[in-house]
Amino acid sequence: MRRRNYLAPDGAIIRPLPSCARDAKLLIELYRSMVLLRLFDRKAVALQRTGRLGTYAVSLGQEAVSVGIASAMRQEDVLLPSYRDNGALLWRGVKPEEILLFWGGDERGNQFSGPVHDFPFCVPVGSQAPHAAGVAYALKLRKQPRVAVCLFGDGATSKGDVYEAMNFAGVHKLPLVFVVTNNQWAISVPLRLQTASETLAQKAIAAGFSGEQVDGCDVVAMRAAAEEAIAAARDGNGPHFIEAVTYRLGDHTTSDDALRYRSAEEVQAHWKEEPIARLRSYLVGQKMWTKADEERLAAECHERIEAAVQRYLTTPPRRPETMFDNLYAELPEAYAAQRRELAGEDDA
Amino acid sequence: MPEVTLVEAVNLALGRAMADDPDVVLLGEDIGVNGGVFRATIGLQERFGPERVLDTPLAELLISGLCVGMAAQGLKPVGEIQFMGFIYPCLDQLVNHASRMRNRTQGRLTCPMVLRSPHGAGIRAPEHHSESTEAMLAHIPGLRVVMPSSPERAYGLLLAAIRDPDPVVFLEPTRLYRAAKGDVEDNGEALPLDHAFVLREGRDITLISWGAMLKETMAAADTLADDGIAAEVIDLATLKPYDENTVLGSVARTGRCVIVHEAAHTGGFGAEIAAMIAERGLSSLLAPVIRVTGYDTVIPMARLEQRYMPSVGRIVAAARKTCQYN
Ligand SMILES: Cc1ncc(C[n+]2csc(CCOP(=O)(O)OP(=O)(O)O)c2C)c(N)n1
Repeated sequence: MRRRNYLAPDGAIIRPLPSCARDAKLLIELYRSMVLLRLFDRKAVALQRTGRLGTYAVSLGQEAVSVGIASAMRQEDVLLPSYRDNGALLWRGVKPEEILLFWGGDERGNQFSGPVHDFPFCVPVGSQAPHAAGVAYALKLRKQPRVAVCLFGDGATSKGDVYEAMNFAGVHKLPLVFVVTNNQWAISVPLRLQTASETLAQKAIAAGFSGEQVDGCDVVAMRAAAEEAIAAARDGNGPHFIEAVTYRLGDHTTSDDALRYRSAEEVQAHWKEEPIARLRSYLVGQKMWTKADEERLAAECHERIEAAVQRYLTTPPRRPETMFDNLYAELPEAYAAQRRELAGEDDA
Repeated sequence: MPEVTLVEAVNLALGRAMADDPDVVLLGEDIGVNGGVFRATIGLQERFGPERVLDTPLAELLISGLCVGMAAQGLKPVGEIQFMGFIYPCLDQLVNHASRMRNRTQGRLTCPMVLRSPHGAGIRAPEHHSESTEAMLAHIPGLRVVMPSSPERAYGLLLAAIRDPDPVVFLEPTRLYRAAKGDVEDNGEALPLDHAFVLREGRDITLISWGAMLKETMAAADTLADDGIAAEVIDLATLKPYDENTVLGSVARTGRCVIVHEAAHTGGFGAEIAAMIAERGLSSLLAPVIRVTGYDTVIPMARLEQRYMPSVGRIVAAARKTCQYN
């Protein structure tokens, strides 16, 4: 299976660029989003290390996947993300402070500024795939020109949930794009212990639809592949499966120490392929980006992130009794006393 | 005797069981080189090789189903589920197969497997990592559900679970993994299953709990002692089948009972114990049995989880109320 790519690790053009790459504004926007995500990640890790954030899943090295995919979606499309897809949420309008609230252990982070129909981060691996099939079925049933986009990791492809969703999506030709971020590792388990299949993309064959491998460090390739797949799904041509081949440069989460199971040399080697330097080299080579632009961007991101962190840190805590407030549409009378107890109201 | 943490005691028991019995096989996600996300299996792949300490694909239903197949062949598989929130895909295998293989085949095939999982809240973990749904498992006929509350009992009960000829779900209180320390001698001695442990004797009131909540329950007993109330504290340890006689014997002496669990109130395992006491021990009761439990909400994420969990204060208040009743 050929792996779709356009930009070499040094930013050189490998084959004729797709039409989206002629849009200079878009390329810059993709670049800016990847940089924002990387700096946001770095800040989140620092917050975790100083006890101000819970466990956090880093996107380091994978920025091109979630940014590339989300950039090809329309607002009315439906995103079903995994816990590592911060980049896609940010692109869709979720505020950085909302993402921090979620990882800081506050459910209000899921009451976010992104599209109201988008799903929250999915923590039980792969369990969002059947939701995506349900969403896509609903879109099709109502004849809406909208598409569901479901993101998950390579580990998730071992779960029945993912096979079951793919199978159903194939049967009903659903408007659904599956995107697996193949970052080579599911915590400490390497891909070769996850599957004996040569690619993950070929799993689509068994489900009766098309699949392809894309260089997940090439944001142009990610964007182009997503754009085509989403357009085809919108036109009624059914599902598509994108395997974004990338590499997790960081630890699995802030609770993980990747040096326990993989060598520093292996990680070092993959730094040569990472997506941000790659696009920057291309942009600089095309005279679309300068050192001054870079400095301005860094300052802007810094300011935006610091402001978000301030808003996060100064968000007043929820009152304990609010843990009942979104449990049911209306709190059943049976639980009113429990809510009063949490509110510290005397129940005598 | 060396002092070890609860998770180290689990590691010792697994190593001992594997050394004693070549049929013991471990399987799970990240349990090999990484030694498990809590390091319960650390060093075991080095010692026993990747065929007996198997990193599986990311598939919980597979882990539980593999255990059923291996066990039917006479192996003694010990599966690890990384967090209790991810145990639910195993339910199909546990309910429909593991728990009833012996019964379905009238003893021709059996299922001597153990499924281990961390249990419960209180470690500021992400969403879905803090489940305490033991009552759901304890409802399944044919299963054993065991939860240690100290390194000593983690060691002895896990050995017993692995040697047991039937399927056991072994729930390890995450909050105590590193917080609980105790002297454990790696002597291969098991502790009895289906047996409650009296952690503290007292004549005024019986406090019953299991797993991590025993920490607060014991602290509450200390506070009550300052009031002159002598609380007997029972660690139920095996929830399925549980030791009704130890519970009834204690309540017969004290006449009062408070049950403490972190899981949600309605349909929690406390309800089972209270009902059993009402059926078999009503005449010894001097006060209604009270449950101190988690609320009937989803266990909140880190910021509010402490407010969800039964506190020492809530246990003490319930015990006092019970003692004032006449
Ligand atoms: C069903 C389930 N099992 C186990 C876990 C614990 N866990 C969290 S992430 C992870 C590895 C996931 O790997 P992959 O799907 O490749 O995604 P990545 O983290 O690499 O993005 C595991 C085992 C989980 N969250 N959900």
